[in-house]
Amino acid sequence: MTPTQSDIDGELAEIRADYEKARAAGTPAAHHPPRDFPPYRSSLLRHPQQPLVAVSGDPEAVELSGPVFGHTDVTELDHDLTRQHAAEPLGERITVSGRLLDSAGRPVRGQLVELWQANASGRYAHQRDQHPAPLDPNFTGVGRGLTGDDGSYSFTTIKPGAYPWRNHENAWRPAHIHFSLFGTAFTQRLVTQMYFPGDPLLAYDPILQSVTDDAARARLVAAYDHSLSRPEWSLGYRWDIVLDGPSATWIEEGR
Amino acid sequence: MTYLPPTPSHTVGPFYGYALPFPGGGDIAPREHPDAITLHGYVYDGAGEPVPDAIVEFWQAGPDGSLAGAPGSMRRDPVTGGFLGRNGVDFTGFGRVPTDADGHYTVRTLPPGAPSPVPYISVCVFARGLTHHLFTRAYLAEGPDALFASLTPERRATLIARPEPNRDSNRTHRFDIRLQGEEETVFLDFA
Ligand SMILES: [Fe+3]
Repeated sequence: MTPTQSDIDGELAEIRADYEKARAAGTPAAHHPPRDFPPYRSSLLRHPQQPLVAVSGDPEAVELSGPVFGHTDVTELDHDLTRQHAAEPLGERITVSGRLLDSAGRPVRGQLVELWQANASGRYAHQRDQHPAPLDPNFTGVGRGLTGDDGSYSFTTIKPGAYPWRNHENAWRPAHIHFSLFGTAFTQRLVTQMYFPGDPLLAYDPILQSVTDDAARARLVAAYDHSLSRPEWSLGYRWDIVLDGPSATWIEEGR
Repeated sequence: MTYLPPTPSHTVGPFYGYALPFPGGGDIAPREHPDAITLHGYVYDGAGEPVPDAIVEFWQAGPDGSLAGAPGSMRRDPVTGGFLGRNGVDFTGFGRVPTDADGHYTVRTLPPGAPSPVPYISVCVFARGLTHHLFTRAYLAEGPDALFASLTPERRATLIARPEPNRDSNRTHRFDIRLQGEEETVFLDFA
């Protein structure tokens, strides 16, 4: 039996209540989603059942360093997803800007930021996306950039549409942009998704709701920022990204 | 001291395929390098089914043990904006490959040198259904190693990329990744 949205809502409410109870009993906040999150059905057979094995205090660990990228790996146009084809894509043009920081609030400089997204109709330029919404010949939906000295990044794109998926009956993903981030260490690697403020679908989405902590979930939602909007051109959203995980520099500083 | 809580992780989803993989992503070794080895295997789910929509990343020391890496894994063509591939000389230490319809991946690389006494390649797995990526290691040999010492022989075995004796004079290593269940791969936590 395909679960309905109200089945999923019930599962989410139960998990949230258990989390609140644990928090009240002193369990620290969970910043990341659990790998086993049954309302997101694809997680059922894809999460490890054994606990992760801690590797800490090894200053020689290869993972405390990480891959490096430079200006050979990006082109001038990669940060503007509206200029990658002969004509302009359809949709609401937006600017998405923010800073990439480590957990001490320091800028993460010169690192690769990659993003990908559906078009304004909610369709990916991917053969396996068969959602019957139109493809846009002027939009691929892939961007890349390097962070600046202050950790800043900025992309021009169009606002992606919501799209249906098959997790449960009448399941719809809220509009989102996928992000991939590198820090100075492989342990800081992060792949995540950015959402838009005020989207009514946020509450129904088991992927966003897999982040059970309210404050953590709020960090995935960008803020509309009028100072980033450009006159006669685009609407601005601000979204800062914070990487966790140790790096060799943190160990040197005796974090 | 400032502490900023991290941005939560999310799944890579099923549609990363036109964004993250890049031509030459699995050719970590400079082309035609005489010391190149092949690392390959399958990603399996808890039902033992291959995972056709995983993407696997690799990071490792160079043969000299250097962890400095180098840019240019995704070297671009300034004329067309397309991918040129690596420059064929520098060793970047970074690889990224999606699994194919059989759940299989392949990379060609150089055996990492020191600093670690037992050389290993760091592996990071992403997939639809994985809310948070998973780290593991492909060790090219057994030996004295703190992580090995903390594991039972059965679990330790999941971290060894074994040479396949009938292929390519031991230059082809098999490393399967089992996300769940019997013979589940050891996954690592660096927090
Ligand atoms: Fe998506």
